[in-house]
Amino acid sequence: MNTTDTLNPSSGPAHDLHHHNPSFIKKYIFSTDHKMIGVQFLITTLIMMLLGGALALGIRWQLAWPWENMPIFGIKFAGEGGQISPEFYTMLFTMHATVMIFLVVIPILAGAFGNFLIPLMIGADDMAFPTLNMLSYWFMWPAIFFFGLSFYFGGAASGWTSYPLLSALPEAAPGSGHAQNMWLIAVTFVGVSSMMGSVNYMTTIINMRAPGMTLFRMPLTIWSMFITAILQAFALPVLTAAGFMMLFDRAALGGAFEGIHTSFFIPSGIVVNNADPTVGGGQALLWQHLFWFYSHPAVYIMLLPAMGMVSDMLATMCRKPIFGYKPMAYSLAAIAGLGFIVWGHHMFTSGMNPALGMTFMVSTIMIALPSAIKTFNWIGTIWGGKIRFNTVTLHCIAFVSQFVVGGLSGIFMAAVPVDIYIHDTYFIVAHFHYVLFGSTLFGIFGAIQFWFPKMFGRMMNERLGKIHFFLTFVGFNGTFFPMHLLGVAGMPRRYADPYIHPYLEHLMPMNQFITICALIMGLAQLILIYNWVSSIFWGPKCGPNPWNANGVEWSAPSPPPHGNFEVIPTVYRGPYEYSSPLVQGRDFLMQTELLPPPEPDEPDDPDVPAGSAGPAEQDAPNDSPEDPATGTDGEPGEASETAAEES
Amino acid sequence: MSRIFWCLFFTFWPIAAIVVCAIAPAMDWGFPGNREAATPLGQRIDDLFYLILGIVTVAFIGTMGALAYVLWKGSKNEDEKGWFSHGSHNLEVIWTIVPSGILLFIALYQIDVWAIYRVRDYENRDADPRPTHLVAEVTARQFEWRIRYPAPGKKFKTYKEVKDWLARPHAGDVYAVNKLFVPLNRETLIYLKSGDVQHAFFVPDLRVKQDAMPGQSIDIWFTVNRAGKFNLTCAELCGWGHYKMRGEVEAVEDLQAQLRRLKSLQDYDGVTPPEGAPGELEGATP
Repeated sequence: MNTTDTLNPSSGPAHDLHHHNPSFIKKYIFSTDHKMIGVQFLITTLIMMLLGGALALGIRWQLAWPWENMPIFGIKFAGEGGQISPEFYTMLFTMHATVMIFLVVIPILAGAFGNFLIPLMIGADDMAFPTLNMLSYWFMWPAIFFFGLSFYFGGAASGWTSYPLLSALPEAAPGSGHAQNMWLIAVTFVGVSSMMGSVNYMTTIINMRAPGMTLFRMPLTIWSMFITAILQAFALPVLTAAGFMMLFDRAALGGAFEGIHTSFFIPSGIVVNNADPTVGGGQALLWQHLFWFYSHPAVYIMLLPAMGMVSDMLATMCRKPIFGYKPMAYSLAAIAGLGFIVWGHHMFTSGMNPALGMTFMVSTIMIALPSAIKTFNWIGTIWGGKIRFNTVTLHCIAFVSQFVVGGLSGIFMAAVPVDIYIHDTYFIVAHFHYVLFGSTLFGIFGAIQFWFPKMFGRMMNERLGKIHFFLTFVGFNGTFFPMHLLGVAGMPRRYADPYIHPYLEHLMPMNQFITICALIMGLAQLILIYNWVSSIFWGPKCGPNPWNANGVEWSAPSPPPHGNFEVIPTVYRGPYEYSSPLVQGRDFLMQTELLPPPEPDEPDDPDVPAGSAGPAEQDAPNDSPEDPATGTDGEPGEASETAAEES
Repeated sequence: MSRIFWCLFFTFWPIAAIVVCAIAPAMDWGFPGNREAATPLGQRIDDLFYLILGIVTVAFIGTMGALAYVLWKGSKNEDEKGWFSHGSHNLEVIWTIVPSGILLFIALYQIDVWAIYRVRDYENRDADPRPTHLVAEVTARQFEWRIRYPAPGKKFKTYKEVKDWLARPHAGDVYAVNKLFVPLNRETLIYLKSGDVQHAFFVPDLRVKQDAMPGQSIDIWFTVNRAGKFNLTCAELCGWGHYKMRGEVEAVEDLQAQLRRLKSLQDYDGVTPPEGAPGELEGATP
């Protein structure tokens, strides 16, 4: 089973394996090993997920039983006898979104899985810049610290979108004082951390692929991480700049910018809460453009890596090559490209030039196309597979089915006239939770279970995994599907008490139902945490390739040592050759496996481009599956053609 | 056994979703008051909504049906190996072209309503039909709607006069808070401003929503074709009291009569009963 390539005598030791025994601090805290950094990110983000979830339950409590004393946590909440006050409520949803987006979803995908998987999956010994990589983790901590300070000052409360003037004028709301400054500084640190990561990922993927790992032999996970890194690198500076503009406008940082006091976003003559009228001549709409120019691509930063990982997991668990590898890769790129020209769809009702609404509508609706292609290809991947119904598979199927819901509901708000009505209602809340939770988070849960053996050399518990999946899936749909209906009924977002509006009174029972489902879903995450932690210590041990998967990472020991591979692996084919007729008695064929009889041309020059004199028969994602050398390749090609025609 | 369970599990949820949507109107989970929009343009928005709903329902049933089918087949697969296929070029072409056609149709089909709703007026914003339609200026502030009507009977002739009226208060203007009267079956023009932070003017029954941007004056056009009172809410986070910006839009046959009534209440000196509304003195706020 251990197919680690030993047939490649030319490969030297990948890394100085035995050069030292690092101290505890070097090994576990200030580690430059990408695997340890990935695990650090994972632990940090899982803790933050619990915090973000607790904030969400606070929101749900208020919506189901407004102004009732909150159980358990109520004592800590607000001054007035355990009630959630309206200003506390605005803080709750602001910080819920902030924590979930900036401290959970983005860092868990790029930080945890990007770090852990990229070098392993491309056959590198580490990232290109290990120290920068370590810094990218440690720059999360100032961010967490400043978000914590924001809580200390009462919590930022202008939404995670922080639209001015609510966020720009300290007088505008209780949360718009120091708490907002701290929030802006924290977001800047998150940005710095992400930027360090993305530079590293791009460099690593371009330069450090193992011999034979051509671009089109890369797993889709790597494709998605690569494209995500590009998105981050190009979109993030805009948010960072906007954040500093806002800080200058606020003359923040303890008076350090006192002399600056710009007015990028502040028009003149505005009186907020009897404060002095503003001087200025700025434009509040500018913030929305800058913010969404980053934050719409950020939506894809929060989705694409999960798409890639699900593609890998689905192929493995269905024992089938990915259906349409190249369309999958191209549609990732198309989503990313289109992702840069759709930001205006967040602003259809904002008062920007309405002619822009038309162009943004067309580009936004067209972004559904690559998403649809990916969905069809996932279904195609399952089609004809030999499915293993384990926890990983269940999460992947959930990903696909929830992504269908989230993708289809997106068409409603892409259409400007319909969006006029549903904009800023719970329909939007339903939509993005289907995408970010229903898709991304289920993908993440699957990935946690799938790569756990590689991280820790042990397996997670299947039974607990399935219980967690069942409760999460049921709770999730019970929570977020009815929100579509709330939105159509006209219930706006971010209302501390919707029921003072007569037309929303009758929605209270539905909100109570949603809260109960959310509670189930929230409690179910404790099972995941328990399973995760206990499996690190007591899970059954496993070998290097417990899933019989093809990827390069599965040829390394579990867990891989410092330097990952004993010898630099050589890649002979794409990552999805499951059920290949080339091998008998098993249904996987690893990327690093050299099949006998070897080509006359020993792969001492494995860098040859795919399809040329090298091991061409093993490069199946290429367009020429028929290879005269083996004589068996023609059949599956024909079989697939006929089956496709029959359908 | 467990395979069959999971196949049924994943088949159950899409069906449940469709059932919930099907019974939604009967359970009063649909549009507010379970009624169609009270503006012609709003009715067209509803139609577009249902058009998209129909298309995505077909797509939903198709994809979920396909998913259930491949799961079912895959769970019963007794072969030694899975089907060794890297995909199908023909299928890729089909499922690229067909959805892109449908999506393009959806996109282009929407443009007309948006053009009427906002673009044409925006492009003609200095032109002249506006003076006759002007009803009020609405200024959103934390956490109420301040409304200013021109003096009862006042007629604007040119856009210049409108601009002049908008620029500053005028003698005879009628002021109100949180209650906006609009004419029935007549094109209505509201100028929306913000006094402080960003708000959004949202009347669910009319399918009207427009953000109030600080420093801008944005015009909203609509024609109410059903008499009655409609909830006015704020749809853009504006601070801790965002939820309580509760207002009301009432469509009336005779707007001028209402304005005269408001005016006489406003001018009430505490001695001479106003002509239009003698009965309302107790509740009158100067």
